Amino acid sequence: MEVKKTSLFNLHQKNGAKFVEFAGYQMPIQYKEGIIEEHKYTRAHSGIFDVSHMGQLFITGSDDLTKELEKIFPTDLTNLSINKSKYSFLMNDNAGIHDDLIITKVQNGFMIILNAACKENDFKIIEKKLDKKFDLKIREDLSLIALQGPEAKYVLEKIIPQSNNLKFMHGNSFSFEDINIYITRSGYTGEDGFEISIDNSKVESFVEILLKNGSKLIGLGARDTLRLEAGLCLYGHDLNETISPIEANLKWAISKNRINSNFPGSNIIKKQIDEGVEKIRVGIKPETKAIAREKTKIFDQNDKLIGNVTSGTFGPSVQGSIAMGYVTNNYSSSNTKVYLEVRGKKIPANVCDLPFYKKNYVKGETNVRS
Amino acid sequence: MSEVKFSKEHEWITVDGEIATIGITKHATEMLGDIVFAELPEKGSSVEKDGTAGVVESTKAASDVYTPISGEVVDTNQSIVDDPSKINTDPEGSAWFFKLKIKDKSEMDSLMNRTEYEKFAKESAS
Repeated sequence: MEVKKTSLFNLHQKNGAKFVEFAGYQMPIQYKEGIIEEHKYTRAHSGIFDVSHMGQLFITGSDDLTKELEKIFPTDLTNLSINKSKYSFLMNDNAGIHDDLIITKVQNGFMIILNAACKENDFKIIEKKLDKKFDLKIREDLSLIALQGPEAKYVLEKIIPQSNNLKFMHGNSFSFEDINIYITRSGYTGEDGFEISIDNSKVESFVEILLKNGSKLIGLGARDTLRLEAGLCLYGHDLNETISPIEANLKWAISKNRINSNFPGSNIIKKQIDEGVEKIRVGIKPETKAIAREKTKIFDQNDKLIGNVTSGTFGPSVQGSIAMGYVTNNYSSSNTKVYLEVRGKKIPANVCDLPFYKKNYVKGETNVRS
Repeated sequence: MSEVKFSKEHEWITVDGEIATIGITKHATEMLGDIVFAELPEKGSSVEKDGTAGVVESTKAASDVYTPISGEVVDTNQSIVDDPSKINTDPEGSAWFFKLKIKDKSEMDSLMNRTEYEKFAKESAS
């Protein structure tokens, strides 16, 4: 299969991007300054991320669409007001996660942002579950840009004057030149920021203006260190089809008034909430600089295997090695001493609260990760 | 001090009498990206030509560091363990990795000079 390119490919190239293949797309892993500088620039100023490889699924149809989608997603969509977004999951019957996603209520339906590697499978699953009368479309004609960081609001305000009025996890349509663009106040870096859905033909000129206003292009490498410092999960690593949202410590994303209703895996979710889980996702802080990569084994002080790492890196803002992983439930409280097997040596580490790096989102509703 | 020589694993080596100083090349650091962790061989240990003698980790991945010749480790550079970013800023100077008491000088013969290494690096990168 041919590797796809996003509409910003030429701009990435012009800005010195190093590319990697990710989910069938040629994506920039970093630019000239490197992952650490890009990470720090995003935390101190603002960064632009091309996330056009992600799926922008639009589902439209009659009024009963909301009820139909509630049979698929564990989220209260009935009370989701127009232009509001919620983090949610597509689950299998065992409550394993097919994908983690953001659902936004829009005119005549819902917009759902899907992970790039999952989008085709997600589409098939949702299409199969939904009545044919609803219209389902992944919009390949739209690009998706994330603008993240404390200065994101100032950079964006210069082009889209009203954008700073958006509250966290809220969106709206705005005009840019002669077209409509859709902006939500959201992101995946632990910073204030926006995601901008814009026509492929306009995305390059839009990003050029952001660059002129002082923002910089940031690659997938820094996106990964930023999200891990923020304690956010990466699908395919921290989440997969054998892990439930409860095990992933994401119970907050299951709407309280939906726990007793039916959706795929609802019986298991309810059971896990009532009875607890055997393994759970935790933050892990190694005591040395050694990096505990994905699949690193976690032991207790008696050399008993108690879990494994699912993401690990160097956190440029916390200036140290950080990791997330799953451990047996009775080792999950903060400050529990564990040992990570790195290159045959046992590295001491401590279970810790997430996120590693904390920053305030713009208020509008409770923090997405409350 | 002798001419600097290079290995196919992207290490450089200089020799001063009985003692060799070894580090990784600028080309290697450019391929690795930002280096965030370095592990060095233990002082007093013996290392064998082409064997593992350390580890560097970048934000992307871990890579072994090999020794281009055999010998006994007589010194290691703690400053790159304390601040691994030095390896990116001065890889072929102050960010050396370890010093060896050379076991067999003839092992140097198979290594490349700068011109040969630059040609090799260019070809292996493309």
